[in-house]
Amino acid sequence: MGRYSVFAIAREAFRDHSGWTRAWGNPAPKKRYDAIIIGAGGHGLATAYYLGKNHGLKNVAILEKGWLGGGNTGRNTTIIRSNYLQDPSAAIYEKARGLYEDLSQELNYNVMFSPRGVLMLAQTEHEIRGYKRTAYANALQGVSTEFVGPKRVKELCPIMEIRGPRYPVLGALWQPRGGTARHDAVAWGYARKCSEMGMDVIQQCEVTGVRTERGKVVGVSTTKGDIECAKLGIVVAGHSGHVADMAGFRLPIDSVALQALVSEPVKPCMDVVVMANTVHGYMSQSDKGEMVIGGGTDGFNNYTQRGSFHHIEETVRALCETFPMISRLKMLRQWGGIVDITGDRSPILSKTPVEGVFINCGWGTGGFKAIPGSGWGFAELMAKGESPLTAEFGLDRFREGRFIDESVAAGVAH
Amino acid sequence: MLILSCPYCGVACDETELQPGGEAHLTRFGPDASDADFEGYLFRRKNPRGVHFERWRHAYGCGKWFHAARHTVTLEVFGTYPAQVTEPPPDILDAIAAKVPGWEPSS
Repeated sequence: MGRYSVFAIAREAFRDHSGWTRAWGNPAPKKRYDAIIIGAGGHGLATAYYLGKNHGLKNVAILEKGWLGGGNTGRNTTIIRSNYLQDPSAAIYEKARGLYEDLSQELNYNVMFSPRGVLMLAQTEHEIRGYKRTAYANALQGVSTEFVGPKRVKELCPIMEIRGPRYPVLGALWQPRGGTARHDAVAWGYARKCSEMGMDVIQQCEVTGVRTERGKVVGVSTTKGDIECAKLGIVVAGHSGHVADMAGFRLPIDSVALQALVSEPVKPCMDVVVMANTVHGYMSQSDKGEMVIGGGTDGFNNYTQRGSFHHIEETVRALCETFPMISRLKMLRQWGGIVDITGDRSPILSKTPVEGVFINCGWGTGGFKAIPGSGWGFAELMAKGESPLTAEFGLDRFREGRFIDESVAAGVAH
Repeated sequence: MLILSCPYCGVACDETELQPGGEAHLTRFGPDASDADFEGYLFRRKNPRGVHFERWRHAYGCGKWFHAARHTVTLEVFGTYPAQVTEPPPDILDAIAAKVPGWEPSS
């Protein structure tokens, strides 16, 4: 496939760019694989990549019912941060953020990681206390964050109206090495490396059944025929409940729609990511100049990839107070994705009641930031049967009451 | 926009008037329940790609809880019924069977 570099560009410039080859293959499924990953989104592809790179498992297929990265990987607001309260969350999200730092070099694919800094606004007295607590927790976890006052917030983001009137900005949790990345490129970069290692990325191949014998997985049925495997990783986000049902177990998950929207492109005006969780909205500016805006989820089960209009209205209305300039912007596009929400708002990376079947789901509204760390930990779990990164994220925590409560703790906009 | 008829006051309410309450007809086990039973009641969900029975509250209306049968892929509403039942009434099941061929209530 060739290495992408400045020399490759120069070489191709002299031969009418005739030497570029496909970034990943388009193979037909083989009869048998050592491991099959269902779902070629960021998490699935990252899992496959680290299975090959860290554990030498290269006879792997990644099955995708639609197209590569066409689910939530291509539908999120691309925010990367690791300022969580609980230790297991901070560990996996910080692992991911750290891997993002040099992911472009690692994958030889520009994922445009931009550590521009993330501000999480405190707009009530309770949020000030909550975020100070998170900042202290992060200091103990080795995650670099600090609590900053309103004056510093205004310096970091001059377009913000910090005086309210309804929700004045009283301070913020500031993570200077948080930021954004190009979401599609993350999926494409991992897919290219997986393909280079000899793995099969098979698109337009929907899994229709999970075949088991004596409580152990032996393969899957797909729209491209039956495929045998020794291990199966289910990494299908909003459709986890549906696929788990095929394998014969039930998950503590509800699938709901989460929406985002972008404005028309404007000149650079905001070089940080801002999350305002009291009013349920977050915003950043893309490299194209669009203001990228995300809001809250719908409250009811939904598989339609489109959400309720009133949630968009609420999000934009709330942001208009903190960012008066956006009231003059036209919104260009709006879309929805199906997110898998767990009871404690933390993910599940776990073995399952079926031997050989592993599940990585429950990332809910915040999966993109975790892609490399999730893949790293889940690959280790699949290869070795355990991983320090995923140890606390088992399915059994719901029975045992060992929740990793991030629904309130991280102050994430849900 | 999702519109559900409140079975108590008869108002066709849009979703801004309603509070979603998740899966309906969950069994809460008694004091001798096993950990698995209690986990099932608290967390395990059908979360189906298809017909879903769920709880709603007419929050900005009469304030009462009721049930709805709805399709999670087409967003079609098959009907609403009062909350004082442990399973969907026959007329709702008939309405679903008429519109979703091959559908069977799962346990």
